[in-house]
Amino acid sequence: MNDPILEMRGVSKSFFGIKALRSVDLTVYAGEIHALMGENGAGKSTLMKILSGAYRPDPGGEIRIEGKAVRIEGPLGGRAAGISIIYQELSLAPNLTVAENIYLGREISRSGLLARGTMREGVGPILTRLGADFLPSTLVANLSMGQRQLVEIARALHARSKILIMDEPTTSLSAAESERLFALIRQLRAEGLAIIYISHRMDEVYALGDRVTVLRDGRLVGSLDKPEIRADTIVRLMVGRDVSSFYKKDHDPEAGRGHPVLAAIDMADGQRVKGCSLTVHAGEVVGLAGLIGAGRTELAHLIIGAAPKISGRLELEGRPVDIRTPGEALEAGIAYLTEDRKALGLFLDMSCLDNINLAVLGHDAKLGWVLDRDKARERAERAFAGLSIRAANVGVSAGGLSGGNQQKVLLSRLLAIAPKVLILDEPTRGVDVGAKSEIYSIIDNLAKAGTAILVISSDLPEIIGICDRVIVMRSGHIAGEIRRTETAPLNQEDIMALATGMEHLDA
Amino acid sequence: MPDNGASKAQVAPTTTNGAAAETRRQRMRVLISALGMLPVLLILCIGFHALSEGRFFTGQNLGIVLQQAAVNTVLAAGMTFVILTGGIDLSVGSILAASAMAGLTLSKLPELGMLWLPAALLTGLGFGVVNGALIALLRLPPFIVTLGSLTAVRGLARLLGADTTVFNPSIPYAFIGNGSLTLVPGVASIPWLSVIALLVILVSWLVLRRTVLGVHIYAVGGNESAARLAGIKVWAVLIFVYGVSGLFAGLGGAMQAARLYAANGLQLGQSYELDAITAVILGGTSFVGGIGSIWGTLVGALIIAVLSNGLILIGVSDIWQYVIKGLVIIGAVALDRYRLQGSART
Repeated sequence: MNDPILEMRGVSKSFFGIKALRSVDLTVYAGEIHALMGENGAGKSTLMKILSGAYRPDPGGEIRIEGKAVRIEGPLGGRAAGISIIYQELSLAPNLTVAENIYLGREISRSGLLARGTMREGVGPILTRLGADFLPSTLVANLSMGQRQLVEIARALHARSKILIMDEPTTSLSAAESERLFALIRQLRAEGLAIIYISHRMDEVYALGDRVTVLRDGRLVGSLDKPEIRADTIVRLMVGRDVSSFYKKDHDPEAGRGHPVLAAIDMADGQRVKGCSLTVHAGEVVGLAGLIGAGRTELAHLIIGAAPKISGRLELEGRPVDIRTPGEALEAGIAYLTEDRKALGLFLDMSCLDNINLAVLGHDAKLGWVLDRDKARERAERAFAGLSIRAANVGVSAGGLSGGNQQKVLLSRLLAIAPKVLILDEPTRGVDVGAKSEIYSIIDNLAKAGTAILVISSDLPEIIGICDRVIVMRSGHIAGEIRRTETAPLNQEDIMALATGMEHLDA
Repeated sequence: MPDNGASKAQVAPTTTNGAAAETRRQRMRVLISALGMLPVLLILCIGFHALSEGRFFTGQNLGIVLQQAAVNTVLAAGMTFVILTGGIDLSVGSILAASAMAGLTLSKLPELGMLWLPAALLTGLGFGVVNGALIALLRLPPFIVTLGSLTAVRGLARLLGADTTVFNPSIPYAFIGNGSLTLVPGVASIPWLSVIALLVILVSWLVLRRTVLGVHIYAVGGNESAARLAGIKVWAVLIFVYGVSGLFAGLGGAMQAARLYAANGLQLGQSYELDAITAVILGGTSFVGGIGSIWGTLVGALIIAVLSNGLILIGVSDIWQYVIKGLVIIGAVALDRYRLQGSART
């Protein structure tokens, strides 16, 4: 192969005596997609922040770009060295246009006035090259998540970056958008860019990775070339032990089939959800699949009363219930885990203890409104033990926890009300492999205990791995339902066919 | 890797030292953030004591400071509730004036005179609840709603006394404005105004830290959408906090009326909302909501009172007092931001 474009030798980083990176050697070549994997806290983001210039590495290590030793300093240092990073939470200003975003911080001005026309023309060729279906003058607020990602990539290309680092770029993309992104990434590889691709998702790493490097506890524990890339090898490297059964499904799918717990009939909101009915039985895990924008989250919001419905009714254990607010849903025993735990779920500045107890404070209170702090602490500690939440103690604020632990804290809040129905919206999004597997076994145990569970997920292997039955939504309608049988396990093709529509398949 | 063991042996001791230092630093940080602006308050007190040739720390002067801080402390306590939810209440000065006017007017009626105190409180509560209802139910921005009532309620306050000053030299319960609670006869006493302020702080602390409602207030300020989804009745929380702010403004009005035996709808409580907001911010409560404590607010209110008092003691002119107070406020908050940088979450 040609000379490496990026070489890191013995790069370490410690924070107040705690080593976040320990003497990492990483070599990346031009024209390769280099997947970087590791559990949360393994050191991926530290490594990335060193390359972007946000952190300064400990003395002793060396970073070479195209053979020349460089010092990357300050937030602009990475870009100056030819490195662009696309963060998981995109860093675009939605109130500005595509062109303005691409030129952000490097605006062209003529005698003090912004040269909007020149800027629009300047980004035109790059957008064409990327196959963008929007204009330089489009407001970013009007773009889909996939299109916004494209703007980020255009920004990187526009800055003439040679190394592109992408941090879980498909987290908020639909399957179709992801496919387009993959094609684009391959195109960029062919054009000679080096791409460092950070992901938790095995299928993406299979599809894209020319090489895979795995970090664990701040150390580089292995680099695999294409032929050696295998799920079990990677998982073993990542967690340092064998993960025999990743998806856990021990509960008996036949157990409660005769006893419907939740029935939603003809639910519609007049916009995204157009007359959907579904039933979930006790002890059953039902998947709700579909493309992004198919209306799955909106349907869940209708069920729990978080959005106003124009039609539809609910039955809980055979009896009609009227639910108009999320509070009434919790009261009735229907709990909903949001897909956006930071914006809609957790109180990041509040302690884990308060976060966990929030839904049951009123029930536990003495005299109706005085906090029962002993009971709250006991409940939080029980949740920490039961769901193996890893944090110094129950008093630390939820914002400081890793994604997986945050998710478990949020889940604990819902489990505190002992729900009859649990609706989980993307329960493992942004969660590391270890915590994922733990969340699957929590779901499995709840099903065993008779909870009716509805899992909304864009991760098809996950749906197939943990669900007894899959309901597929397409543009606001229920497109169909697939039941797992002894002879025919669930498969991705059937689900995708329903999710995209048959005409799509024939093409 | 043959050198692995050796390097590990080298690394281990520094790591332990580093971890110990980190624990110490962590402890310091917790201590500092618990103390908040208290050091600033103490430095100001000691500084004024030195500059005024020992006239600051006298029983009489401290009594004056506490009395001067009292009304603002009460207003700032209410403001703390509001700012914790991420809101703002600009109308407290006007509500204070209207409540004082309502109370004084009633106190002159011979048969109903004794009811002036509850009347003042209810007037404040009423205006606060109206603020809250507009914000919670019509989803109007707090800044706009309370900016409107700042003006409208001021007009009502003037209407109440037909735009004159209302006097009542024999107002019932006048002791709360001018009397003192004797702690040790002949040695130590504390103005009733300060006792009320401290009680208000104590009750606020109980509500914020020891009740379900308190957690809900922090939750609404921390993340309103999440609070709604978690089943919290956000509208009820909002009406409550603006109601409390109004109630405390009403109490402040009663305190002023009892102290002055008089009230003027035009002048009373002018720009009091700014001092109240300043006290809350000095106390470390986050302007976006969700973070803060009532004790910080108390310290903030005391800093403002000490500044006014100390600058007069050392003979700074009225004009320069404004300039110095403004700069101290900006400086103190800048210090606070700098101090918190280390513990800010990413």
